Amino acid sequence: MFSYFAKRIAYALATIWIIITVTFFLMNLVPGGPFLSEKAPSPEILKAMEAKYGLDKPLAVQYKNYLANIAKGDLGYAIKAKGQRITDIIADKFPVSAKLGGLAILTAVVIGIPLGSLAALKRGRLLDKTIMVLTTAGVSIPAFVIATALMIYLGVYVKIFPTYGLKTPLHYVLPVFSLAIYPMAYIARLMRSSLLDVLGQDYIRTARAKGVSGIFVLFKHALRNALVPVITYLGPLTAGILTGSFVIEKVFTIPGLGGEFISSITSRDYPMIMGLTVFYASLLVIMNLVVDILYCIVDPRIKLK
Amino acid sequence: MSVPENRLKKNIFSLQLNADDFLPADESEKQELVVMRKSVTFWRDGLKRLVSNNIAMISLVVIVFVILFAFVAPAFYPYSYSQQIRGSENLAPMEYSERELATIESGGRVFPHILGTDNLGRDYMIRVMMGTRISLIVGLVASIIVLIIGSVYGAISGYVGGKTDIIMMRIVDIIYSIPDILIIIILSVALKEPLKALFDRNDFLRSISILGPSLIGIFITFSLLYWVGMARFVRGQVLTIKEQEYVTAAKALGASSGRIIRKHILPNCIGTIIVVTTLQIPSAIFTESFLSFLGIGVSAPMPSLGSLASDAIGGIQSYPFRLFAPAIVICIVILSFNLLGDGLRDAFDPKLKK
Repeated sequence: MFSYFAKRIAYALATIWIIITVTFFLMNLVPGGPFLSEKAPSPEILKAMEAKYGLDKPLAVQYKNYLANIAKGDLGYAIKAKGQRITDIIADKFPVSAKLGGLAILTAVVIGIPLGSLAALKRGRLLDKTIMVLTTAGVSIPAFVIATALMIYLGVYVKIFPTYGLKTPLHYVLPVFSLAIYPMAYIARLMRSSLLDVLGQDYIRTARAKGVSGIFVLFKHALRNALVPVITYLGPLTAGILTGSFVIEKVFTIPGLGGEFISSITSRDYPMIMGLTVFYASLLVIMNLVVDILYCIVDPRIKLK
Repeated sequence: MSVPENRLKKNIFSLQLNADDFLPADESEKQELVVMRKSVTFWRDGLKRLVSNNIAMISLVVIVFVILFAFVAPAFYPYSYSQQIRGSENLAPMEYSERELATIESGGRVFPHILGTDNLGRDYMIRVMMGTRISLIVGLVASIIVLIIGSVYGAISGYVGGKTDIIMMRIVDIIYSIPDILIIIILSVALKEPLKALFDRNDFLRSISILGPSLIGIFITFSLLYWVGMARFVRGQVLTIKEQEYVTAAKALGASSGRIIRKHILPNCIGTIIVVTTLQIPSAIFTESFLSFLGIGVSAPMPSLGSLASDAIGGIQSYPFRLFAPAIVICIVILSFNLLGDGLRDAFDPKLKK
């Protein structure tokens, strides 16, 4: 058990290190320094600025400093938002995105699992077919299409929900829902096939033969085992919610970290891009690690592998 | 009843068996006893099942229509995707500008703007067509790249086995756990400038640069990251097939590795590989439209379905059809490829055979 966790943690750290390295060298590959803008600064100022940010040193030294700073939890300074620490920007904007993403994950899980189970239990009936058609559509329609369609109908024509910002709980409905549709549909499909698989197993038949009631078989034997693939999906789900938030925050003009990331890319704020990538990547890798450990606790067979 | 001479005389102590039953059978009798059907090959069997699957066939027809719409229709369309018609900005579908109305009145013919025009006076229909073309190109090329890299890597890893396999799969594990969208965004930002410089310098590359450096950048990033799923999949297939008795038998008979791969392993996993490749197409289109929507995909004036939708959001209240047209095309394309992929899996995956 312990060696398994140790191995997982070592992998996670290695992945984070690789991502830091790749982003660092890729960002340095891009021609043009971060201080080049429409108004070119004089050579003296440029030199002073480079010295201040440590950009005059050789690349290897810069890389070493960058790693050392990250280890201390310092991601450096943003360039467009002058002098602001990237960690401060994250602390400021991430809670907004996290709240939105957390609600979306919750919605997806809470609606997706019962929907998939229902489809599996009513296999081949009209209800199953309806759910399958809806979920196929759900995984085929890009988030930005859903988001804008919802915004137009429920926000502009019918005017039930506000279309931008996050002031009241009502403001959350549209963004959370458009963020949650894809994972919800995916979880429902996953749950359906996994539950169908479990329901065909011998131990379910044995339990039924012993006279265990239907509901008890479902909750005690079938659902527990059928949930394992859904737990595995939690890692990719977080990644999906995170990238989805880039789009949703743009559509609903929400002041979150996703929008910050996209604007840092379009304005070529390299330290910011690097810092946010490292932050996002670490978040996802840690999430995957948690899922791995959870998986191991839920399904003890995994350890044997 | 007279008994013919050549027949054996019945002995009174015999078991009363009819001696006729033991005569050799003639040809017609032999033919009757053959219960074999005509042998059905794997492909014919799968194809039969695919054709009888209505949903898959409908999606195939839709895909053919979309391909015609994207690749053939623009050749006959009188406008070009980057042509700005002055005075015809922001037209509604089927509307004519004043200048065009004047031309019509004086007897000239003006092709209608089926979906209107955008704020720069470009015909929107042709832009949607070109956007569809870009999305389809991205989907197809990216999946072919993924198919080639992934299956070769996975097949080598699975077939050779041992230490090679362990090392190769560790590399895959690490790439797999890297959040793909982040790296794609970073790569497409970083590759844009160097690729542009490279394309300007090299004559051969300039000829393919009609696609635009950012599109090539998307291909490169896709091929660097998305092959790992395919590699894992092919390796798993090869590992199971390698252990089958018929492969051991072939080895015992002295077949070479090349022959075993060509004659036994490839034919047995090609069906599932095709399915996975088909399902790769919509996911690539998905990612491309996502990137273009964020403004880091294809570069202007080349339209993509994602960038068209993104541009339309600004004027959503006045010109909603500008969003709906590309959005509906994206949904149709992704949905029909997904459904076709599901149909192919039902038809060609040996494990799902009933």
